Amino acid sequence: MDKKDFYPLLFVFLIIAIFPWLVGGNEYFISILIFLGINGIITMGLSLLMGYAGQISLGHAGFFGLGAYSSGILTTQYSIHPLAAFLAGIFLSAIIAFLVGKPTLRLKGHYMAVATLGFGEILFIVFNELSPLTGGPSGLSGIPTLTFMGYSLEGARYLYLVWGFVILLLLFSLNVINSRVGRALRAVHGSEIAANAMGVDASRYKVQVFVLSAVYASIAGSLYAHFVTFISPSSFSLMFSILLLMMVVVGGAETIWGALLGAMVLTLLPEYLRGLEDFEVLAYGGILMVVLLFMPQGILLGVRKLFEKKRN
Amino acid sequence: MNERILQVEGLQKSFGGLRAIDLLDFTVVKDGVKSVIGPNGAGKTTLFNLITGIIPPTGGVLQFAGRSLNGLKPHTIARLGISRTFQNLELFGNMTVLENVMVGRHIQTVSGLFSAGLRLPGMRKEEREIKEKAWEELQFMGLEEKGVMEASALPLGEQKLLEIARALATQPKLLLLDEPAAGLNMRETGKLSETILRIRERGITIMLVEHDMSLVMEISDEVLVLNYGKKIAEGPPRDIQRNPEVIAAYLGEETGNA
Amino acid sequence: MVALGFTMIYNATGIINLAQGEFVMLGGLIMVFCTAVLKIPLLIGFVLTVAVVMLLGALFERLAIHPLKNASLITLIMITLAASILFRGVAMFLWGKDPYGLPAFSGGQSIQLWGATLQPQIFWIFGITFLAVFGIGLFFNRTLTGKAMTACSFNPLAARLVGINVRKLVLLSFGLSAAVGAVAGAIITPITLMEYDRGPLLALKGFAAAVLGGLGSGVGAIAAGFLIGILESLGAGLISSGYKDAIALLVLLVILWVKPSGLLGSAEESQLKKF
Repeated sequence: MDKKDFYPLLFVFLIIAIFPWLVGGNEYFISILIFLGINGIITMGLSLLMGYAGQISLGHAGFFGLGAYSSGILTTQYSIHPLAAFLAGIFLSAIIAFLVGKPTLRLKGHYMAVATLGFGEILFIVFNELSPLTGGPSGLSGIPTLTFMGYSLEGARYLYLVWGFVILLLLFSLNVINSRVGRALRAVHGSEIAANAMGVDASRYKVQVFVLSAVYASIAGSLYAHFVTFISPSSFSLMFSILLLMMVVVGGAETIWGALLGAMVLTLLPEYLRGLEDFEVLAYGGILMVVLLFMPQGILLGVRKLFEKKRN
Repeated sequence: MNERILQVEGLQKSFGGLRAIDLLDFTVVKDGVKSVIGPNGAGKTTLFNLITGIIPPTGGVLQFAGRSLNGLKPHTIARLGISRTFQNLELFGNMTVLENVMVGRHIQTVSGLFSAGLRLPGMRKEEREIKEKAWEELQFMGLEEKGVMEASALPLGEQKLLEIARALATQPKLLLLDEPAAGLNMRETGKLSETILRIRERGITIMLVEHDMSLVMEISDEVLVLNYGKKIAEGPPRDIQRNPEVIAAYLGEETGNA
Repeated sequence: MVALGFTMIYNATGIINLAQGEFVMLGGLIMVFCTAVLKIPLLIGFVLTVAVVMLLGALFERLAIHPLKNASLITLIMITLAASILFRGVAMFLWGKDPYGLPAFSGGQSIQLWGATLQPQIFWIFGITFLAVFGIGLFFNRTLTGKAMTACSFNPLAARLVGINVRKLVLLSFGLSAAVGAVAGAIITPITLMEYDRGPLLALKGFAAAVLGGLGSGVGAIAAGFLIGILESLGAGLISSGYKDAIALLVLLVILWVKPSGLLGSAEESQLKKF
């Protein structure tokens, strides 16, 4: 972790710690923050993949779904302990990410985008079709909530659990970024040919970061499953993959903090747009376009640049 | 001192119908500066790309310190001890000057994803060493004042020096410089010449592709002349200067352009 | 046909337009609007639909693509994605989420041919498709404008230097692609209906066909489209209709992984292109 990351991290930690008190235990606000945390985990992984390593994935909702369904299916149909199911989800996502990632990350730009899109869609179809296992389009219900040492982890406690993960993964990510591995990834992004010439095995690192981001998504998926206790394929569709992408791009792919900011913006926004159901899709498209046209580096860096300009 | 570090035999590279490199044989002796010259399109950069594994040869053998380079990937070849700079600068524009050189230390270090993510003690020690060594190379190239600047903010001349610093950080046995003097003024070229000799003093063998003849003649121990992918001369600078075929090749290019 | 649209834009700009599927969707839905609500006769409605979507395509290029000429790859992909969302949002707003149908272009009775029951619309689809392919092929290979378009994607700077108006051509390529998409949408709606969110799946399958046929080749695109359609139907019969869509996607993935230049494209060509 770099020096400049310490204070924001502390800030986040403190805000989360006092949040339940801040909102007087209001379940609705707490649940929004839980979703924010879950989305934040996925976007952090995506930021590593896209912002730092410079790759793209339009199918990450699939890994999110893998984590969710692994936790869901194993804990309901096979009565396996949630922790084991959680690890199983990670394992499954990692393996699939590896197998899919190896050939896909060799592709260039647009091809990679479409390949990941296609892959995400395939997973979506599988979630829908494998009814005996996944419950098909009508979904899977009865996923147990988590308990720890006799205490049921709901409400504010679940908030702490989710954000505990967020902070741990944030620390992990920041450490990776400021390390040999992080520099190798950024080198691949900066100039793949030079990275290879300096001994960085670009292909291997690309796959590694892809697998890592898939693991992040899977973790988020498991946390999601145990929170909402009912999951259905519609939550893991292309629309969600695109939404995730939007969070990363809008917030600023180049930094992890940007990704979190994006997650915040695009998790809170739907709450405001609740009333405008028909406009929802329209609004998303509109926001995305505006940001891309005027602040392509995302809000975080865009705003920072504005401040710098004013200073000069 | 007559130890061969690079041996090329019967090297061939064809792009479709075009023979970029045509049955090329030469060797590079350890601890010297070998320049590769030739008219434009003679195949010089292609040769570098073949040596560093960016493109595969269509025929022939490349041997480095006893090992065959054929079919190896660029990053593997880098690990064997060959490093390079690029004709059209390939800096990591998204990183600082120091960070660019730090990437050069990649081969000499090992920390992986987990030790990085968890910031294990071994990794932290390695990070310090990486930073130290990177600073050393920056100092060697005279760039230490600009360490925290964005690499893309440097003027061209210094960007070229940065690429060399980065390549040096890999601790190569053989350093390939692809037109390092291109775009440099006379003063900068003088400094470059001096720098190359200092690199040689470190025990690093150097191969140089260049168009600047005075630079080539001044610092080279041996010169290899290519034309249309073939070797037309090889030897000490003075012999090359007097070689009628070499003169014809260059003059031919000039009359061709007239 | 969707594949053809992809190929055209790719040929002119090197970009993959992820909103291509939306042009098809709009073609279908606007056509429905014309015939059902405005009660315009079929042919006029067809022309009108194509014109409107073509205009939308051009607008899209002008407003969204052109300003981002030098933007990064991710930004370009995102903007076509954003446009597709926008189009979908508008469609959802205007038409709601239900599927709509169109009356067949001619006659309503099925024809028996070689043991299979065919709807007459099929002949319209084949016919118009072949006409479109033929026309576009002629355009690209015979006319100056068409050849100029291909030049643009290889080297826009050189193209500009020899006097080709790259801006106009890129605009044209988008307009044409949109038009082709609209035609596709209009002619399949009588058989398969059309709803607001069919775009992405159509785009993916179309892209699969485009890649399979080789992204530079228009003929390849159409041929591949047919091939995929056949594979899909076979698959639907053999496995189950739910997985039908997955088949085209699987083909896409396999092709991208194994031979991204497609069956008819050339490996060298694909290496030369920017993406």
